[in-house]
Amino acid sequence: MSIERREARQPWILLSPALGAVALLLFVPLMFIVVYSFWLRSATGADTVGFHLDNWQKALSDPFYRYILLNTLKIAAITTLLCALLGYPAAYFIARSKGNKMILLLLLMLPFWISYIIRTMSWINILGASGAVNTALMSLGVISSPIQMLYNEAAVILGLIHFLLPFMVLNVYVSLEGIDTNLEDAATSLGATRWQSFLQVTLPLSLPGLAAGGLLCFVLGAGTYITPLVLGGPRDAMFANLVFEAIITQLNWPLGSALSLLLLAVLGALVAIYNRYLGMAQLAKGLG
Amino acid sequence: MGWGLIRLYAIAVYGFMFLPVLVVVLLSFNANQFGSFPMTGFSLRWFEALWNNDAVMRAFRTSLILGLMTAVISTTLGILASLALVRYRVPGRNLITTALIAPILVPEVVLAVALLLFLNWLGIGKSFVLLLAGHVVFTLPFVILVVQARLVSIRRDVEEAALSLGASPVQTFFAVTLPLLMPAVAAGALFAFTISFDDITGTLFWKPGGVETVPTQIFSMLRNSISPEINALGTVMIVMTVGLPLLGAGIARSLATKRGK
Repeated sequence: MSIERREARQPWILLSPALGAVALLLFVPLMFIVVYSFWLRSATGADTVGFHLDNWQKALSDPFYRYILLNTLKIAAITTLLCALLGYPAAYFIARSKGNKMILLLLLMLPFWISYIIRTMSWINILGASGAVNTALMSLGVISSPIQMLYNEAAVILGLIHFLLPFMVLNVYVSLEGIDTNLEDAATSLGATRWQSFLQVTLPLSLPGLAAGGLLCFVLGAGTYITPLVLGGPRDAMFANLVFEAIITQLNWPLGSALSLLLLAVLGALVAIYNRYLGMAQLAKGLG
Repeated sequence: MGWGLIRLYAIAVYGFMFLPVLVVVLLSFNANQFGSFPMTGFSLRWFEALWNNDAVMRAFRTSLILGLMTAVISTTLGILASLALVRYRVPGRNLITTALIAPILVPEVVLAVALLLFLNWLGIGKSFVLLLAGHVVFTLPFVILVVQARLVSIRRDVEEAALSLGASPVQTFFAVTLPLLMPAVAAGALFAFTISFDDITGTLFWKPGGVETVPTQIFSMLRNSISPEINALGTVMIVMTVGLPLLGAGIARSLATKRGK
């Protein structure tokens, strides 16, 4: 074998374990559940192999599923909007701070390292019947019995914001850092107020970061089922909870396949639109 | 809007991020018999209870083994793939990178369902193997992103010098590239370990009945009855997943300065 041929083969030998793992553990399984979603669950245990549209019909036309899907998108949208409103000024503060930026950024990255389940359950200590807020209000005599603040949609949104806010701040920060501050100075020296130069120079230039952070918040928020289980009531299920129910509780795996593919399609469409207009590069910047 | 107002706003955001977590740590040292407010004194009783809780200790062992194995496998696969992508001219490089990053682009629930159903169909049901396979596939992208970023900054000349002096490519890798790559390898492995150690979304789908990892153990403790030990367990988790990386970074930095002298 010639040296050139060996040279050409080497990268593929190095790549094959990782590519093989992703192919076997992600791509083939995804194709498999596409097929699986056309099978039928039967009462006897073994699923009926075949081409049946029943699962898809149920997933797409059942009013309860549609309601949950729309509600999930609504919750994700509210969460994303609030993350932007909370995260943008914080990111701006870090990016333009004269102090130690790295420490400020590291502090905000710390929650990434704190387990999601712990951050979620921490709100029970704050909002629960014997949590910080109720205890404080009762000892001040404002209320005589605890207020119910947990197990509703607002608590779910709060938990999601707490989980997703660092993604927003990080992405906005990265794009703010990339802006040449001379541009702002130029705007102010030409007579713009600081507020005008922010609105007309800085904000438009930071929109890619805002969009990347928003996409991450939305997609991660819309795909969760743990937060509604811990902080939501029985009526606050999100779409991923339906998937969990179908797969783990009802053991209706064909229906679960159809539901997860529906979720993938809806969120995938969003990612595709994003990719079409803004490209994946911005997202990679924020992740790295 | 003045700078003072922005600073105040940012401080409030930091408070929002950290207060709930601080409350977990605070309550874990609470002497109160229900472990909730009001604080009645300092006590280590919940940590003691945790130590004597067999289910929790088993979950810890499972999480540790799973996290370590995930880190070893993911990091190995990630280094090999990154080497190929950065050091060779591979046709379709962008496509391959996207494919390797795909596990974090697909919602984790969907990945969990697909993997569970497919491996089950192959005859591998809910088991430790399934858990490991799942954890490897969704930590791999993070390792690749970290290692690739570092590899790009290692100059090729150093490797070429070794090669021209008669070292074989394998010798060059172990004697030159790997030592230079070590910070990224350590960071990638730590990343993989922490993500695996923290994961609950996929783990709840993949774990066999009766096997718990620390996050699923916390989850089931939350659902059954909110036991006071849970805050102590949370504190231990925070120390492990925040303290260890910080310690690692600290050690790395002190080693680097020593070498610099």
